[in-house]
Amino acid sequence: MPKTVLDFEKPIIELEERLEQMKSASDGLNIDNEIKIIEEKVRTLKESVYKSLTRWQRVQLARHPDRPYTLDYIYMMTENFIELHGDRYFKDDKAIVGGLAKIEGYKVMIIGQQKGRDTKSNLYRNFGMPNPEGYRKALRLMKTAEKFNLPVICLLDTPGAFPGLEAEERGQAEAIARNLLEMSRLKVPIIVAIIGEGASGGALGIGVGDRILMLENGWYSVISPESCSSILWRSWEYKEQAAEALKLTAHDLLPLKVIDKIVPEPLGGAHKNHQEAADLLKTYILSELKELIKIKPDKLVSARVEKFAQMGAYTE
Amino acid sequence: MAWFSRSKENIAPDTKKKEDMPDGLWEKCPDCGEIINKKQLENNFFTCIKCDYHFRIGSEQYIKILLDKDSFKEMDRKMRSADPLEFEDTKRYKDRIDSTIKKTGLYDAVKTGTGKINSREVALGCMDFGFIGGSMGSVVGEKLARLAVKARKNKIPLIIISSSGGARMMEGALSLMQMAKTSGRLAELADAKIPYISILTDPTTGGTTASYAMLGDIIIAEPKALIGFAGPRVIKQTIGKDLPEGFQRSEFLLEHGFVDLISHRKDLKMNLSNILDILM
Ligand SMILES: [Zn+2]
Repeated sequence: MPKTVLDFEKPIIELEERLEQMKSASDGLNIDNEIKIIEEKVRTLKESVYKSLTRWQRVQLARHPDRPYTLDYIYMMTENFIELHGDRYFKDDKAIVGGLAKIEGYKVMIIGQQKGRDTKSNLYRNFGMPNPEGYRKALRLMKTAEKFNLPVICLLDTPGAFPGLEAEERGQAEAIARNLLEMSRLKVPIIVAIIGEGASGGALGIGVGDRILMLENGWYSVISPESCSSILWRSWEYKEQAAEALKLTAHDLLPLKVIDKIVPEPLGGAHKNHQEAADLLKTYILSELKELIKIKPDKLVSARVEKFAQMGAYTE
Repeated sequence: MAWFSRSKENIAPDTKKKEDMPDGLWEKCPDCGEIINKKQLENNFFTCIKCDYHFRIGSEQYIKILLDKDSFKEMDRKMRSADPLEFEDTKRYKDRIDSTIKKTGLYDAVKTGTGKINSREVALGCMDFGFIGGSMGSVVGEKLARLAVKARKNKIPLIIISSSGGARMMEGALSLMQMAKTSGRLAELADAKIPYISILTDPTTGGTTASYAMLGDIIIAEPKALIGFAGPRVIKQTIGKDLPEGFQRSEFLLEHGFVDLISHRKDLKMNLSNILDILM
């Protein structure tokens, strides 16, 4: 897998490489002290870089091509995953995956947007941008989950719903709207986790739930920083400012009550250690799941509607 | 593409042409060019006397057209955005709101309340495209959500007239969440078996379409309105091809099965009345 290195990751990686060289060259030489000094340098550098990430840097981390995607998390977090395909109307959208699984013994339906990792798989997955049939497949799986009393887990990671001609013909807006309504009244627990990019209605189309978790380096907003820049600044050049203005990070969204909990990532981001990232997410999902399955369906649904009804900021 | 340049004209009316007309008593049809007396235009439901072009109008006019005289009781009139992100682009959002309130006399992009259609009590929400492109932020979401609750509690049908560029960027994720908020309230309304009629006018796009606008038990569109999720410009960029004539217009949506009927504005009240008569 080709490693992609972001600008702000460079100094850390260079230092780490130097450390590795020293270690391998240290045969018989007594340079333990120097190694320790460099190790300490790496540690403090990492801390300072990752503690003060700008919002745009987090967007870059959320899009990191080595970051774990939905299926990676499913395979690392669950057992006996059986993928289910198709919306039963038109086709199988490869940008949304879903199926039956067990997570620590709990039976669930797990669904998420799926990106590709290289050109070929990205074309196959349409870069994680669903068409209407993707949302309709997701809804079909949720209805199946409701029928068999299985909690639903949704993993959000999309640059947006696909803005294509056929998507409009087949009712992209209707498909998303229908999901928002049906998810609002689904009689089983829904846990949502934004694992990477949460771009607008395309993300929210599988994003209504009882608990909203968000990975530390994800982003979630009404529009991408680039599109926001192009509309409000009339230029693509203001994406950093747009990212700042949109307040789209997990740390921004927690006090706004758009999300319930921030799921920590391994130092440097989820791409640095897939297994650790998946273990962390699994722990958070399980702790919510154990609470939610105790709640009666009617209470669950009305609390879910009230939860979203509370979101917003206005004066009267 | 004729239809696209026309929609652009709609967004930014040509002020020069207006100046040519004496005392602002006349309006020019953006579609066929007919010069129409303003009083005549109003009497004709703000549609062109020659080609039926539907002029873009606001909540004030729709209330007059649809509701029985003086029956409208407005709710939450002065609710306004609290600017939760302290958003700033080339302009502060706060200033944008202040100046738009001054300019339009409205506090945000939707008016809500109760009123009567041929003596039948209804809950009516009507969006105003003139307020920051009819964009949906916290206020639009909250007012419509409350309206849906009102309709459920009073057991009266809900009608929402959409005219919107989508979710409002300046409130970030909170605008996005208004889609879920309104849809949740509409789910409750549906469970209570209270009818909801959605009326789509030019333009209805983005997050508005992808939430309450597409969730009516009955969906009515005005003729030739632009209705879609993604904007035509974005789609054109994505596919790298010109879009077909009439793409994303009401007639296109009817053909593809996403609206129940297209109604001339002059027939809207009658159609609503007849539908509610059967559903209620
Ligand atoms: Zn005309």
